[in-house]
Formats: sequence, structure tokens, C-alpha cells
Amino acid sequence: MPAEKLVPFSVKDCALLTIATGRRAYTLGELRAGIAGAERDSIYFHFWGGLLQPRFEEREFNNDFAAWMRHGLHDSRLAEKLAVIDPREYTSLDLLRSDVVELIDERLDEAEYLHFSRAVQPFEFMRAQIVVFGTDKCVACPEELAVLIPQLPASSIFYHFIDARRRVPEAGDDFSAWLVNFGARGDRIRARLAQIDPYFIPLSVLRQQLAGAFADELENGHVAG
Amino acid sequence: MLLDDYAQVAGEDAIEHLRQLARPLVGKRFVHVNSTRIGGGVAEILRKLIPLARELGIDAQWEVITGDAEFYECTKAMHNALQGTPLRIADRLLRVYEETNRTNAEQLRDVLAPADMVFIHDPQPAPLAEYIGKRSGHWVWRCHIDASHPHRPVWKYLRRYVAAHDASVFSLASFAQALPHPEYIIPPSIDPLSDKNIALSESSIRETAKRFGIDPARPVVAQVSRFDRFKDPVGVIAAYRLAKDYVPHLQLVLAGGSATDDPEGEVVLAETRAAAGDDADIHVLALAPDAHRTINALQRLADVVIQKSTREGFGLTVTEAMWKGKPVIGGDVGGIRLQVIDHHTGFRVSSPEGTSLRLRYLLHQPRKIQTMGWKAREFVRENFLVTRQLREYLTLCVGMLHGAAERIELG
Repeated sequence: MPAEKLVPFSVKDCALLTIATGRRAYTLGELRAGIAGAERDSIYFHFWGGLLQPRFEEREFNNDFAAWMRHGLHDSRLAEKLAVIDPREYTSLDLLRSDVVELIDERLDEAEYLHFSRAVQPFEFMRAQIVVFGTDKCVACPEELAVLIPQLPASSIFYHFIDARRRVPEAGDDFSAWLVNFGARGDRIRARLAQIDPYFIPLSVLRQQLAGAFADELENGHVAG
Repeated sequence: MLLDDYAQVAGEDAIEHLRQLARPLVGKRFVHVNSTRIGGGVAEILRKLIPLARELGIDAQWEVITGDAEFYECTKAMHNALQGTPLRIADRLLRVYEETNRTNAEQLRDVLAPADMVFIHDPQPAPLAEYIGKRSGHWVWRCHIDASHPHRPVWKYLRRYVAAHDASVFSLASFAQALPHPEYIIPPSIDPLSDKNIALSESSIRETAKRFGIDPARPVVAQVSRFDRFKDPVGVIAAYRLAKDYVPHLQLVLAGGSATDDPEGEVVLAETRAAAGDDADIHVLALAPDAHRTINALQRLADVVIQKSTREGFGLTVTEAMWKGKPVIGGDVGGIRLQVIDHHTGFRVSSPEGTSLRLRYLLHQPRKIQTMGWKAREFVRENFLVTRQLREYLTLCVGMLHGAAERIELG
């Protein structure tokens, strides 16, 4: 069994600030053009930024494009197709963008009226600025992290489990990247974390699931050991 | 400590967040500039933000520009024009506006030129950025107005002054205009410790009910808002009448600030009273502008709060009602859409008929009122308290001081 390395995990936190890009879409064609020309951080914001925006419980749709198709242009078919896109399955935001544009093109081909439909409320293209800062919380082992996770603010969970996908794509999230240092028990928790789907749940539920994964695996490991 | 007081209502996490974000800003000088120290939403929020920022170690101060009656005549017209009223502002008034700002720029130069961050609130002091000339800090224009459909000639005139800032802040994305700098979106907030929102004793709520002849044992719905056609008080009375056939003991309270300084307000108040007629269960209350505790008590007295606006900026009266644990039936416009979530925190409606339908739905299900009210309060706690607004201001400042990069890593 490989030796465990003693590397502390420093908890960070973040604040997200929304910035209007000034670009708006009233029609599906304008939405397509906007997505095709948007900055990558704008695509990221419309898929993930909602997790830190004012919202209530579970969102009806998981990305802003799907929500606008349903409530702006009232096209449930495309809304549903856009809603099932899981951004975690994409290795780059450009590939994600390309699939969204493809779905819009398909729908424009099959529903001619969508060339002319105009929403009353436009789609507002946004992006976000993220400020990351350290906290005074630091843990030395998975057991300490298991105790800390239920107390972490949602923004901290966002930084370590969602934002990490942009920083450490190979590990998936900061917790898993750190758990590599803890041999078999670290591997067990990593396997559990890999099963958590953060895209379809609010951050408060994500925090519960993370805490549950740590608690279960550490307890099981203790019993097994 | 003020921060400790806010921790009681907003949570320790929120305050800790502020402390961490403020660390790189300790000792920096921030100056806010507006045109009045008393009255209005901007002054109300600055009265809280300044002491909170100081407690976080920021050297925050608040300056007020002054002008004569013609200056305010001009800026009132600008305000209306930014909200979409088509009007022409006389060149003479625009010259007064420019001259007043030049004079104020001279008086404030020593404070503003060396400041690290300057926040200019609304159109009144907007030309200062140009008139101060050489400045060492970052200047941000904060627009508190619904500028989604401004009267174009007036916006074209103002745009030059706004563009001289390094960034601007709007309350909703739909209010943002094409500008050559970053446009941040920061929704407004309420202060949970102000007279308008602080917790009240049952006895003081009952006392308010008694003062106005409202029976707290019977169902009460209330709309607290200026007497303004965009708030549709007459439509609220129509909704109440439709609902009253099914909820016979229903009482309606329509309360708003005094209309003596607003000729149109007086007209709408008279229309509202005429629509109410001699129905003893409709209480049309024209209150003094500082009747904050009375407003607070009336909102708490209500089972359901209505905000049937046909046009709305953000709708802080909705936020206030939600903070008091009331479900809100609100017009499907502006910032109400961000706050009222159908079946969760209330209902969005587009007509008196829709309003009456939702009233009946809620008034026949007291447990729903309770559940939705609780959710509404928690939603405000998470998103619309002054601590959240301060957090976003601090994030903006950190961002500006670090070159407005997409990602900023501190420490």
C-alpha cells in the first residue's frame, strides 16, 4: 500500500459578480448568433453561474438557454433538448458551444415559425468575474475534512467542486485531487465523489451529498479495517 | 459592533465572507457621492453601507452635492426620462446642471481626486467624473433607476458623462445600456435592522391595526406602495372585489407615502378613494414619508401582500414583505420576476382576475401561506439583504483594483 503524504488542504472561498455583456437576443436566430460569438466565460456562466445566482430550490431548467427557450420563445421541445446537455461531458467550452448551436440549427430546420418568433423578454448574455480568497480553515486528513464540509458556505463548495473543473479537469474537483495523497481510503472517497452529479442539484444538496460520501466511506473503511 | 448585529439575521457565514473579501481593501479610501443625505432609497442604503464598510476597515465616506431648485428640476426630469418618459429638458436647465456639477467638482476635488474608489449614484452627480479631471482611483457609476427604455435624447446627453467612468452598476441586466466599460449587475437590497423591517412585537402590530380600524381576526391583504398608476391600486381594488365574493370577511389595506409633493400622486390617491367608495373593509391610508414602523406593522398584519405593478424597477416593497414571511402576489414585471417564484414565494399575475384567483387560492389554505411565507423569508435572507449587496460591492472593488480580470486570486 503506498504511503500517505501529509499535504494539508486549504479551504478557499469565492464570490461571483455578474457582468452584462450588452448583447441581447429576441429571436432564436439572434440567440444562435450570440452563442456562436460569445466569450467562453459567457458560455460557462450560462451553464454553471446559475448555481450562485438568486434562485429558488431546484431550477426548472439547468441552463439559461433552456430556460429562455421555454419561457421566452415558448418552445418546449428545444428547451428540453438543451436542458439535458450536461456540461461535465465536454472537455472544452467550445465543444459545448458547438453542440448547443447544432441543436438550435436542427430545431430551426424543423420548425420554420421559429425563424420569425420573437420573445417579449430578451435573452441577456452575461459573464462573470470570480474573486477567490483564502480562509483560515485548513485540514490535514480526510477525517478533518469530513467534519468541515457540512459547515462550508455554498460558495466554497462551488469553488472546490464546480469551479475546480476548469482548473483541474483531470481530477474533476479539488477534493479528489487532494485525496490522491491518502491511499486506499482516499480512493474510496474519490470513487464516491465521482458519482455525484453536481449539475442538477442546488449547492446546499451538493454539500449534503459530499458530507454523506465522506462520512459513509470513512465509517465503512473504519469497520472494514 | 454593527457586524455582530447583522450576523444575528444574515448568519455568521455572510459576515465572515465580508471580512475575508474586505482584507485587501483595508485602509483604502472609498467615497460615495449622491445628491441627498435624507430621504430616498439611495440615502437609505448608504446610511447602512458606510458604517458597515468602516467596521470592515475601509476608509469609507459619503459626500453630497448641492444645487438650487433649477438643478433639481433638471435632475428630476432626467430621472423621469431615464424611466422612459418622453420629455425635453430645456437647454437652460442643462447648463444649470453642468454648472452645478462644476462648482461641486471644485469643492470636492481634494476628496475625490485621490480616493481609491469613487461611487457616483444616479444622474445628479454624473458629470463629476469628467470635471474632476486627473484622478488616481477607479470611478463607478451606480444607476438605481429602471433605465431599460430611456428616452433616447436625454440618455444620449447623459451617456457622455456616464462613459467617463471606469465601470457602471445596474440593478438588473435588462436595465444595462451600451457603454464602453464593464457593466456589473448588482440587485438592490433591504436592511433587516431598519425601522421598516425590524421585528415588531405582537402588541405594536395590534395597536397599528386598532389605530386604523382593521380587524386582525379577519383576513387582511395589503399593498404598500406609492399612489402611482404603475402600481395599479385601482386594479388591486378590482381584484379584492372579485375575491370578496368567495372570502366575505376579507379586508384590503392600500397604504402609501404622503402624496402632497406629487401632483399626480394626489390624483391617483383620489381615484383610489373613489374606487374604494364606502366599503368599510377597504382602508386607503396616505401615510407620512417617515411612517416606517407603521408600514412595517401593516405588512406584518397582512396575511398576503400584493404588489400589482404594471411596471416596476426592482420592487423593494416585495422584498420587504417577503422578509416578513408573507407570500406576495406580484405583477409579472421587472425585478418582481426575480423575487416572486410561482408556488414557492408567491404568484406572478397580469390582471385583477389573476390576482383575485391567487388570493382565493391562498386565503383558503392558511398552511400554504405559512409555508410560502417561510420560503420567501429564507429566499430574501440568502439573496436580498444589505450584507449581500455589500459583498458584491466589495467583490467589485477587489476586481477593479486588480484590473477587472475574469479571475482574481487573492492570498
